[in-house]
Amino acid sequence: MSIGTIRGLLTLAIFAAFIALWVWAWSKNRKNDFELMARLPLESDGEARGDRS
Amino acid sequence: MSNISQATEGVVTHYNDKVVRQFAIMTVVWGIVGMAVGVFIAAQLMFPALNFDIPWLTYSRLRPLHTNAVIFAFGGCALFATSYYVVQRTCHTRLFSDRLAAFTFWGWQLVIVLAAITLPLGITQSKEYAELEWPIDLLIAVVWVAYAVVFFGTIVKRKIKHIYVANWFFAAFIITIAVLHIVNNIALPVSLTKSYVVYSGVVDAMVQWWYGHNAVGFFLTAGFLGMMYYFVPKQAGRPIYSYRLSIVHFWALISIYMWAGPHHLHYTTLPDWAQSLGMVFSLILLAPSWGGMINGLMTLSGAWHKLRTDPILKFLVVALSFYGMSTFEGPMMSIKTVNALSHYTDWTVGHVHSGALGWVAFITIGSLYALIPKLFGRSQMWSVKLMEAHFWIATVGIVLYVTSMWIAGVMQGLMWRATNDDGTLTYTFVEALKSTYPYYGIRLLGGVLYLAGMAIMAVNVWKTVRDAKPVEVPVAAPVHA
Repeated sequence: MSIGTIRGLLTLAIFAAFIALWVWAWSKNRKNDFELMARLPLESDGEARGDRS
Repeated sequence: MSNISQATEGVVTHYNDKVVRQFAIMTVVWGIVGMAVGVFIAAQLMFPALNFDIPWLTYSRLRPLHTNAVIFAFGGCALFATSYYVVQRTCHTRLFSDRLAAFTFWGWQLVIVLAAITLPLGITQSKEYAELEWPIDLLIAVVWVAYAVVFFGTIVKRKIKHIYVANWFFAAFIITIAVLHIVNNIALPVSLTKSYVVYSGVVDAMVQWWYGHNAVGFFLTAGFLGMMYYFVPKQAGRPIYSYRLSIVHFWALISIYMWAGPHHLHYTTLPDWAQSLGMVFSLILLAPSWGGMINGLMTLSGAWHKLRTDPILKFLVVALSFYGMSTFEGPMMSIKTVNALSHYTDWTVGHVHSGALGWVAFITIGSLYALIPKLFGRSQMWSVKLMEAHFWIATVGIVLYVTSMWIAGVMQGLMWRATNDDGTLTYTFVEALKSTYPYYGIRLLGGVLYLAGMAIMAVNVWKTVRDAKPVEVPVAAPVHA
């Protein structure tokens, strides 16, 4: 296999990985986790103590 | 009180905000110093006699002082401050090591002072944005490794499962800057103040701009995106618009930025395929850049009314707008035919400053205005009106700066390429320079306004922190572990 073929396959592999990232990020299983994570900056201060107990 | 985490023996742990306070204050100080030098050299371009025939004050020596001060002193301190703050808050834990954190503060200040001494003396590697000589480079490397240990050590001891997206951006920034700095500065010292870089010829140029453009991509973009992903949702009081988009944004941005460097070397001896590669990757870069901008701006949907009363949000939103503008302009300028006109002109200077003043400094200023009162136990800054004044003065400053440099740059490009029927050049270089003078004047005015905004900020910060007692904030227990 020539170096050109290897590079071509590598490009394809990275492209596939990128598509897989989209699929993973948009999958239903991630939705809940992501919603919790997105709230992290709003819940993390330690300044608003007492109002969440 | 159940939300205050108790260590195993029932001792309440606190966030390490001391180092954050130190870096936050020094951000303002170095911002003023770096921008003042910038205003001074802008004045020199208008009135060359302002170097007073003193070598230390020549443009050639002060220009690197300006870029180093605003990027690494102002921007660097801002990144240290916010990354240390954000990683503690979103990991619900104290910084990994107080001593190492303090070392990064004092080490970084020492680097800045050494830069401020050596650059006017003319001690330089002559590599743009990597001018500092080898002993300082070694110190930077040590401080940076300590920074990485503190940051990743904190991530490791986090109290929640997930790593918030802002920390991903800060992490990429820390790792990449370490790699870039070390590879680009490999040099053979011949004395304490002189060294020769190991690369030569076009390889040297390519390594330099691989470094240079990734300094833009990771120091001035990824790091500040980390700031954006924390302070925009925080200030808007809403979660980030799309968390999954932020993940795609992250991976796309960091994997594409790496390849854009060759666009700094269009029409040079760099092989043509490498130039085209740099151009193509620069064009692709528009997608993740705008993905991030849209993600930030859409976070405000439903909270746009807050813009009317909150100057901090104004800074953050205008920062995102300038991020969008300069990440559109950048890919456009990387197109070889556009670059044939824009390269070596003041258009480049305008582009850089729309990114630096509009995006980097505005997201920093907004974040600091949100951060400083919290660090000093205040509900908000001393004066909201002064923040508002700072915002408008600085915005007018940017607009004057950027538009004058656009016009000047396009004009220079057109004058340099104009030829007569017999093939001779229509204009001499000096004629183009002479035509640029009025625009240098407008740029100087823009710079003065921007600096004036920073002075207003300094007063406001001083009044906010003067009588304040730094507060010890207990580590908050995670809502969802």
